[in-house]
Amino acid sequence: MPQVATRPDRHDRLGAFLTRLGPIRNHYKVVPGLYAVGTPTAEAPVLVTGNYKLSFDALRFSLTGIDAWILVVDTRGVNVWCAAGKGTFSTAEIVHSVKHTRLADFISHRRLIVPQLGATGVSASEVKKGCGFSVIYGPIKADDLPAFLKQGESAGEAMRTVTFPLKERLVLIPVELYLQLKQLALIMVIGFVISGVSPEIFSLSAAWRRGLLLFAATVIGMVCGSALVPALLPWLPGRQFWIKGLWPSLLAGTALLLSTAVPPAPVDQIALLLWIVAVSSFQAMNFTGCTPYTSPSGVEFEMRRGVPLQILLAVAATLLWLASPFLNT
Amino acid sequence: MKDYRYIPDTATLRLDTETCIGCGLCQTVCPHRIFVVADKKARIEDRDACMECGACARNCPVEAITVTPGVGCAVEIIARWVNGITGRTVMKGCC
Repeated sequence: MPQVATRPDRHDRLGAFLTRLGPIRNHYKVVPGLYAVGTPTAEAPVLVTGNYKLSFDALRFSLTGIDAWILVVDTRGVNVWCAAGKGTFSTAEIVHSVKHTRLADFISHRRLIVPQLGATGVSASEVKKGCGFSVIYGPIKADDLPAFLKQGESAGEAMRTVTFPLKERLVLIPVELYLQLKQLALIMVIGFVISGVSPEIFSLSAAWRRGLLLFAATVIGMVCGSALVPALLPWLPGRQFWIKGLWPSLLAGTALLLSTAVPPAPVDQIALLLWIVAVSSFQAMNFTGCTPYTSPSGVEFEMRRGVPLQILLAVAATLLWLASPFLNT
Repeated sequence: MKDYRYIPDTATLRLDTETCIGCGLCQTVCPHRIFVVADKKARIEDRDACMECGACARNCPVEAITVTPGVGCAVEIIARWVNGITGRTVMKGCC
């Protein structure tokens, strides 16, 4: 039986950093199975989680001074809530893990403490039918587990209510930006080509000069939609995310145009502004999946309104950008 | 959630009060606290706060709750649209 520490070491910190940054996010896993925290007896509580290492770490680091069992089910390295939504943190997976680890041989009671956010994929009554263990829904946050256990495995309203404070929004930003590096590279290759199209067929100097402007505009659009929108989320006007994405990009786009030493041609300026707003609105809309309060029906509702506008803005920006060199000669 | 409100009148959550036995499991699992149980019956207090995670319906022992569950994620929905149009798995979600 592996016994795990309740304090992070250097590897845990480095792993958490690289996961939050992005590069190893999809491969940060622990081996599913049964783990011991402290020196648990047959009476000790069994805490269930997924095999995303950030989730596993959050759980064990909250258990300092507590003797407990951790049952890690295989969620393919995805956190409990997302895995529950996608069906990998499920009734079947829990029943399988209970049997596979022969949990009943180590434990005298028949209770599993499952994270409340796992309930999306788990039916308490079917787990009971499947393996004889009762499911007790624990608090939303692992940090609340010591209090939950002390209160006789019961949670108050605060422990059961999901929140989305500034700190939790900010930690999501690096991954959001990291995931766009590929798109950014692709956009820039195309961007440099279309920036060079000119009356003399292709101008390398224009490709460079205008391409850099387009690059700056794209980065600003992405930062607005994927960093400013998450940070300022509750204060941006509009409930639909594509609308929230408009405001920071209108401000930042105007600031970019005012800050250039040699102002671009007026048509270029309009094109850049439209492009920044389109990118920001699109990225803001994509942030819906990172929040704990957007419903799929609501997201589809807003996409039917936002996506056509974003396409219109992007197409208009591209056409103006292409036409501009021919208008100014 | 008090700090955040999403688009009203879109959630597909429905509760059949006739069937409900008032066990309170929906109230326990809901991360947005939209159910109230009184007189052995659950009641939807705040449907517009529903994010359609489906935890209540999944855990209801008498199937009194219906909701079209899913992940409220634009990337996921774009992937579904693109894959639907092309008929192949061109795009995967991000998590």
